[in-house]
Amino acid sequence: MKALLIRELRLALRSGGGAGLGLAFFLIVVILVPFGVGPDPKILAQIAPGTLWIGALLACLLSLDRLFQTDSEDGTLDILALSPLPLEMLVAVKAFAHWLTTGLPLVIAAPVLAITLSLPTETYIWLIASLALGTPALSFIGAAGAAITVGVRRGGLLLSLLVLPLYIPTLIFGAKAAALASGGGDPMPALMLVAGLSLFTVALTPFAAAAALRSHLG
Amino acid sequence: MRVNASFICALSPLAKIRYCIFMSLTVSNLSCQRGGQTIFAGLSFELAKGQAMVLRGPNGAGKSTLLRVLAGLIPPLSGRIDLNGCGHKNRDDFQEMIAFAGHLDAIKPQLTVAENLRFWADLFGSNAFDQTMQDFRLVEISDRLSHTCSAGQKRRLGLARIAVTSRPLWLLDEPTVSLDTEITAQFTALIDQHCAAGGMALIATHIDLGLNSSTELYLEALTRKTLQSLPESDPFLKGDWT
Amino acid sequence: MRLSGRVLPYVSVIAVVLLAVGLIWGFFFTPDDFRQGASVKIIYVHVPLAFLAINIYFMMFVTSLIWLIRRHHVSALAAKAAAPIGAVFTLAALISGALWGSTTWGTYWQWDPTLTSFLIMFIFYIGYSALWGAVDEPDKAADLTSILCLIGSVFAVLSRYAVNFWSQGIHQGASLSLDKEENVSDVFWLPLVTVMAGVFFLFLTLLLIRTRTEIRNRRITALQAREIS
Repeated sequence: MKALLIRELRLALRSGGGAGLGLAFFLIVVILVPFGVGPDPKILAQIAPGTLWIGALLACLLSLDRLFQTDSEDGTLDILALSPLPLEMLVAVKAFAHWLTTGLPLVIAAPVLAITLSLPTETYIWLIASLALGTPALSFIGAAGAAITVGVRRGGLLLSLLVLPLYIPTLIFGAKAAALASGGGDPMPALMLVAGLSLFTVALTPFAAAAALRSHLG
Repeated sequence: MRVNASFICALSPLAKIRYCIFMSLTVSNLSCQRGGQTIFAGLSFELAKGQAMVLRGPNGAGKSTLLRVLAGLIPPLSGRIDLNGCGHKNRDDFQEMIAFAGHLDAIKPQLTVAENLRFWADLFGSNAFDQTMQDFRLVEISDRLSHTCSAGQKRRLGLARIAVTSRPLWLLDEPTVSLDTEITAQFTALIDQHCAAGGMALIATHIDLGLNSSTELYLEALTRKTLQSLPESDPFLKGDWT
Repeated sequence: MRLSGRVLPYVSVIAVVLLAVGLIWGFFFTPDDFRQGASVKIIYVHVPLAFLAINIYFMMFVTSLIWLIRRHHVSALAAKAAAPIGAVFTLAALISGALWGSTTWGTYWQWDPTLTSFLIMFIFYIGYSALWGAVDEPDKAADLTSILCLIGSVFAVLSRYAVNFWSQGIHQGASLSLDKEENVSDVFWLPLVTVMAGVFFLFLTLLLIRTRTEIRNRRITALQAREIS
């Protein structure tokens, strides 16, 4: 298990800046927003939580289609299926590695970008908390979607179509927590729901993903 | 008998000892279908402890598919595979005994040769890493990134994985492709060694390996006539929903 | 298949009769609403379609489960056949709702929880059908779409609550949506039920036709595969 995690991280770091690419994409998406809506700090501050969340969501999606694709193409998936590690565990480890290399950098970068969107300083902690608790859900839901679309024609496009609707609850709760904090409300309930959603997906989606992978092997 | 077999599988520490005593692979009346096409049907054979079997047959006869079915990657349409008394339906225990090498080498190009093999050794809980690196002459290229390796070197690394997993049944699909004669001979010796130690190997190949103790299984491409003589297995042609 | 073939004409006739009776009754022999005027009659199109749109999803959930557990081929094909019908019903419900909304609420679209949920459901139907189309091997496609349907069902429930949570904050309780069940009196109710039954039978007709087509399709594919080999 540790071996797999280390290998996943090593692969992500060596494959042309896997983590950096997602981060750069996040940056671009967030920077585009002021160009679209205008530079008014008031409007930007209002839409900042949502913008950052949508940026994080898209950046997450960007690297998802490679989660199982390369393993399926070079035959690694066959061997992993025969390993003593159950497929469910394999999916969980891979999704966790995906979060470490994609989700975590986004969480760290978000406050920096929040400055450019003139988000009130006191809400940073809530924004970070909501992203930190919510992005695992994005990785784990995405892992299920990636497992379903491995080796499927136009899999990348299909992946977005299938996974993005599933992201809606996470997006709602996550962005709401940050937005409530900046609007002076109590962000705790939303934050708890985000955390609950993450735990729920961590527990559930590996089974669905493993079932899909088994179907692909056959 | 069947209950007994699954009982052995369930008691895994004890079972590991039993495997050594009753090492055998029994395939009975195995049929496989992919995409509605029958690949092979009614296949039965046995492989005893210490034996190797060479799988022969023309392209498209289903050699690769058979190996994948035996590895538990594809569920068979019907029939039974027993490995040391463990049925193929008991997938986790069954697959614990199998080392599989398909057409693809399962190598990550961004990792070095040593890292690739180390990963598999760790994942499969093996301590044969150093020995295998030597056996497959990978030591001299151990720090090279795999994408800079030649096809033969990659193949060697892929086969080294088989050796490092230390599992009783080896399933090899055209293992000698792009290997030079010297390495091929060495690899053949390794299979012999594995069998002598009580292991088993099933090898699909077109060349003559010259193994010590091996039987041969010839898979024939199914003709239309034999296909027609088979009982109808496609639910949509059976007439269930006419 | 034989049974479905025999049932099909009756089901389709029932559908036509019920729809004709219900719609004519609803459109021409019911009074106009005192607040909404004649536009209330969209209810006879909108409500049955929306009702079916949700229940088709539920039917797909059940048939997907049956496929995953019992490997019953027709079950998987029925789910496949139902998806486009569900998508069309959902879209029709959305459009009819928008037209209705434009006269009563003064807007075609509002980010109301119900509306939003239907939009998500529509996207799901599209994705589900697209996945069927993208996988070549039929059994694998059935596996994957069934898994997707199960995941989708769980998240549909989650989304429903999430959307409620989200929209409360925006509307501050002042929801625009009418509580339909309570507002409807018997005069409207009876023709509405007739149309609902009619739309249900319409769905059944379409489902039977489509499933029969799918079964024949699979048979043709199997026969062709046999010819080539």
